[in-house]
Amino acid sequence: MSFREALESGKFLVTAEVGPGKGTDVEHLLKDADIIKDRVHAINVTDLQSSVMRLGSMAVCHLLTDRGIDPIFQVTCRDRNRLALQSDLLSAWVLGIRNVLALTGDHPTLGDHPQAKPVFELDSVTLLEVIGKLNSGFDMAGHELKGAPDILPGAVVNPGADNEAALDLQIMKMEKKIEAGAKFFQTQGVYDLDAFEKFMKRIEGFHTKVFGGIILLKSVGMARYMNKNVAGVFVPEPLIQELKEAEDKAQASMNIAVRLIKGMKDLCQGVHIMALGWESKIPPILDEVGL
Amino acid sequence: MIIAEQKALTEIEDMVGPYRKILVVGCGTCMTFCSAGGPDEVGQLAEALASGNKDIVVEKSTIPRQCAVKFIDRLESKVGDYEAILSMACGNGVQAVASRFPNKPVLPALNTQFIGVEAESGIWTETCMACGDCILWRTGGICPVTRCAKGLLNGACGGASEGKCEVSKDRPCAWQEIYHALKRLNMLHYLKEKPQVKDWPIHPGRVVRQDLREVEAS
Repeated sequence: MSFREALESGKFLVTAEVGPGKGTDVEHLLKDADIIKDRVHAINVTDLQSSVMRLGSMAVCHLLTDRGIDPIFQVTCRDRNRLALQSDLLSAWVLGIRNVLALTGDHPTLGDHPQAKPVFELDSVTLLEVIGKLNSGFDMAGHELKGAPDILPGAVVNPGADNEAALDLQIMKMEKKIEAGAKFFQTQGVYDLDAFEKFMKRIEGFHTKVFGGIILLKSVGMARYMNKNVAGVFVPEPLIQELKEAEDKAQASMNIAVRLIKGMKDLCQGVHIMALGWESKIPPILDEVGL
Repeated sequence: MIIAEQKALTEIEDMVGPYRKILVVGCGTCMTFCSAGGPDEVGQLAEALASGNKDIVVEKSTIPRQCAVKFIDRLESKVGDYEAILSMACGNGVQAVASRFPNKPVLPALNTQFIGVEAESGIWTETCMACGDCILWRTGGICPVTRCAKGLLNGACGGASEGKCEVSKDRPCAWQEIYHALKRLNMLHYLKEKPQVKDWPIHPGRVVRQDLREVEAS
């Protein structure tokens, strides 16, 4: 079943993601993808995540399609102007890539080439509009295409925005993304189900599909690092303590993920699991939650 | 105003290295207000250069603006006596002086930074990119093209933390500032408007005012 069909089925869905590395070695990444391919409905491939120069998302998405996986091509506006973005969307389509996650992208200064000139000519909202335009057979300038794609566009939202202004801005932008054609949303990592429930209540009227973000906690240090450095991610202290006191850290991390996914089943339409190299933990987690 | 910073003295010394007689020229407007190239800085730089090299002859001069020919003309009688002009203007002033005296090396003593304001004593921040299509009326008087690190036009990116931009904690999230300003002005509806895409102007820019050209021609 394709991701589009799965999305229309109304089932509770699971997506995961892989991040291409720096260089041409794809062995581990493909192995990780193979471990989860029969348990998830789609796999995102990140686009130079954290503004670090790496192997490209489009090429890896294409490799995934060869293995019978339906990939979600993450496209940021950081490195490409409107010519390159539109061309890459068309290129992805002819390579068999059917789903795109439209993102603004991190600033280059956060990555390993901080001197790079940022582009950001379009943003997540206008990129979604461009996808819609290409799907309708026209480019951004209104010129007719000879052969049009039929890309399924998605977007992200950060429910953990840390103040009223930031959250209002997230929700306003989410609404714009829906108007611009986003058919599904994947969220930043969620650890506080009460706050997530409140967020979901606020956007109830949007009638869109939301995949709650699950980031597997690999260590106490990682949890503290994210609390300090990753916007919108907040790991509550009791979870950090639970991880700290556990003898088997990996098991504790999996238990936390299981509880979060179980809690999300009644709140949203799916989960997006970011395993960060712990892909082998995804099948037992899904077994435990019955997905 | 235009904000600039003086180059490192070592770089300036490298630039002026080949010359024995140098005219240091300050600029009396923006460069004076941002304490980068006014009469005080001209005096300090001239003294530093002269003290570093006993053979060198450094003269100083400040004109009201190096970006206007009528003021640059005031240098005409002096320029002949010097091998090079060290300009303490913004890049615009340096080029205007170089264009007026094409046979003289004109050297930049400053690094031009941006169009901005003095936000606090000793801190200047960028406010305008001269993008050619002002939208400040619907962003609460705060420019997202300039003050959002990504120049986003359709709302915040999600990278802000505690109201600060993801690029550095000393920069506020411009979109949160816009949100607060529009809320105060009861204009939050502007945030919900149709998404905007910016059409970028061609550089180098060129403004033609036909009405003024016709007046001059007649």
